Amino acid sequence: MKRLRLPRSPKVLVGVGIELFFLVLTVIGPWIAPYNPSYNGFAQNLAPSAKHWLGTTALGEDIFSQLLNGARATILVAVVAGLVATLIAMIVGISAGYLGGKADDGLSMLSNVFLAIPGLPLLIVLDSYLPQADRSNSLILGLVIALTGWAWGARVLRAQTMSLRNRDFVEASRIIGESRWRIMTVEIAPNLLPILASSLLFTILYSIGAYVTLAYIGLTSTSVWNWGTMMFWAQANNAPLVNQWYWFVPPGVCIALVGAGLALINFGIDEFINPRLREAGLTSKVLRRAGLSRRVRLGVTPVLRETSSPRRIHRSLQAGVQR
Amino acid sequence: MRVIGRRLALYVVTAWVAITVNFVIPRLMPGNPIQTMIGKLTNQVTPQEIQAIRSAFGVGLSQNWFTQYWHYLGQLVHGNLGVSITLSTPVTTVLGNAIPWTVGLIGVATVVSFVLGTVSGALLGWTRGSSLDNLIPVATFFQAVPYFFLGTVAFLIFSNHLGWFPGQGAYNLSLTPGFHWSYIASVLRYGELPAFTIILSSIAGWMLGMRNMMITTVGEDYVLMAVAKGLPRRRVIWHAARNAVLPSIANLSLAIGLVVSGALLVELVFNYPGVGDLLFHAVSNEDYPLIQGIFLVITLCVLAANFLADLVYFSLDPRTRTAAVV
Repeated sequence: MKRLRLPRSPKVLVGVGIELFFLVLTVIGPWIAPYNPSYNGFAQNLAPSAKHWLGTTALGEDIFSQLLNGARATILVAVVAGLVATLIAMIVGISAGYLGGKADDGLSMLSNVFLAIPGLPLLIVLDSYLPQADRSNSLILGLVIALTGWAWGARVLRAQTMSLRNRDFVEASRIIGESRWRIMTVEIAPNLLPILASSLLFTILYSIGAYVTLAYIGLTSTSVWNWGTMMFWAQANNAPLVNQWYWFVPPGVCIALVGAGLALINFGIDEFINPRLREAGLTSKVLRRAGLSRRVRLGVTPVLRETSSPRRIHRSLQAGVQR
Repeated sequence: MRVIGRRLALYVVTAWVAITVNFVIPRLMPGNPIQTMIGKLTNQVTPQEIQAIRSAFGVGLSQNWFTQYWHYLGQLVHGNLGVSITLSTPVTTVLGNAIPWTVGLIGVATVVSFVLGTVSGALLGWTRGSSLDNLIPVATFFQAVPYFFLGTVAFLIFSNHLGWFPGQGAYNLSLTPGFHWSYIASVLRYGELPAFTIILSSIAGWMLGMRNMMITTVGEDYVLMAVAKGLPRRRVIWHAARNAVLPSIANLSLAIGLVVSGALLVELVFNYPGVGDLLFHAVSNEDYPLIQGIFLVITLCVLAANFLADLVYFSLDPRTRTAAVV
């Protein structure tokens, strides 16, 4: 039994750390917020102070409380959208790749069409017709975003399924008479795990961007606090023009951190899928200890053997796949 | 040629889907926002205009969907996208004023970003494992920042605080638009910071993609062969980079939509009088004819750009001319 383990490179560790931090914030954010984010009885436009860590808005609301509350809606919608989109991508991608023929033509055409239509304008058209009540519903917003974001994953999964379908083990299951459904779910799907994970992270990343963008142009309910709504109000009150950086910079930095964390984890998965990238990820320090020159020679990919290298390098290589 | 035909067919189908989505969505969505909109409008517009809106969105019509759809397609063929409610101007006229700004800004920025990103990605891939790799997390961070946020920060620092760049807008409003040097210089000057923002946000994607392909390519036998033949280093890099760039160009047509979507919001931050700014205006005033017109036009433009990118790809990769690899 293969044990799948992500490379324990600093990049991945930092990424996982960031995501854990924000996941915790998603749960406890509203509890630890010092004030009600919608209470507007404070003095207006206060600069950051001990009482208001990030100051107050032009309406007299506490910005730090809004930031803490905003994590939940932002991450919830992104995760819902990411999961739904990956599920659609799995169904479409694996069926297209495995069934082939007419089914493949149809499903590929479908995903190509969704890839070619620019996502944001489509999202805006769909969202602008949603009734106000639905614009505060994380589930519905997540579904709408998923609808515009599944196609990339489907394409990647289809390609990988096509390369798997003619392998011996799939051939063997076909011969012993396993059903198509079983082959697709039990034989093929587990082998797509790294790609599925990478596609899930990628869609969550896309969904955060999409949700925040919708909120920023005022297409989500303004009664639900999320990081995009905060920037919508900051922009509407000309915060950038009057140097109120503490109003719009914190939500932007949070979005960027969550996104960068996801991308860093994705690097780990990429290196896991493509061994050449993994070796490129070895730092110069590790290479020097192994007695290799820092400058990688042309046309030669350094492969360090576990037996011939000192213990530390051994460990750093274990960071890769463990069989 | 067959491959080009297939791509073209895909884009035609996609355009048809976009057109049909535009027709179906207003008729399917719950709560009937169009009825509400007409209710609000009764005092502002003439009965004929209300009738036009009704027929465009299928509210209170006795015809069946098929007849409505046929009528809708007929209007499109004649280039009629309806009348913007808030601006009381045909949508085509409104868009005609905005599109040149957007195409100029986003088009130039995307091309510059692709070229710079690909070249630097090739060099990063070549010098993998060196200290230059520290650029990657930085690039990742910029990739994760929403374009509009980066634009806001850039505006705050470079324009508002340091005064290196002019303020919002597309040109100095005291100048009369026309074909003279001071106006053109002003347009270029005002475009610098928005373009810089778009380049900074989108360059990381090209860079990382190219770096990863380059690392894979450098391990190929023909690169080793090139080194063994004693070719100068620069020739070898060129040799590898030419092969590594193909997937980047193949992805170009997929990424254009994403880049354009993000860049539209940069216009919003800088009050740039392009399609993005118009879209915000339309959304915040619930101007449905304008929203739909913008969606359709952006989609068609992106599809045209995709097709151009495909043509470049096909002319570069000889394999696509013989086999139907898409």
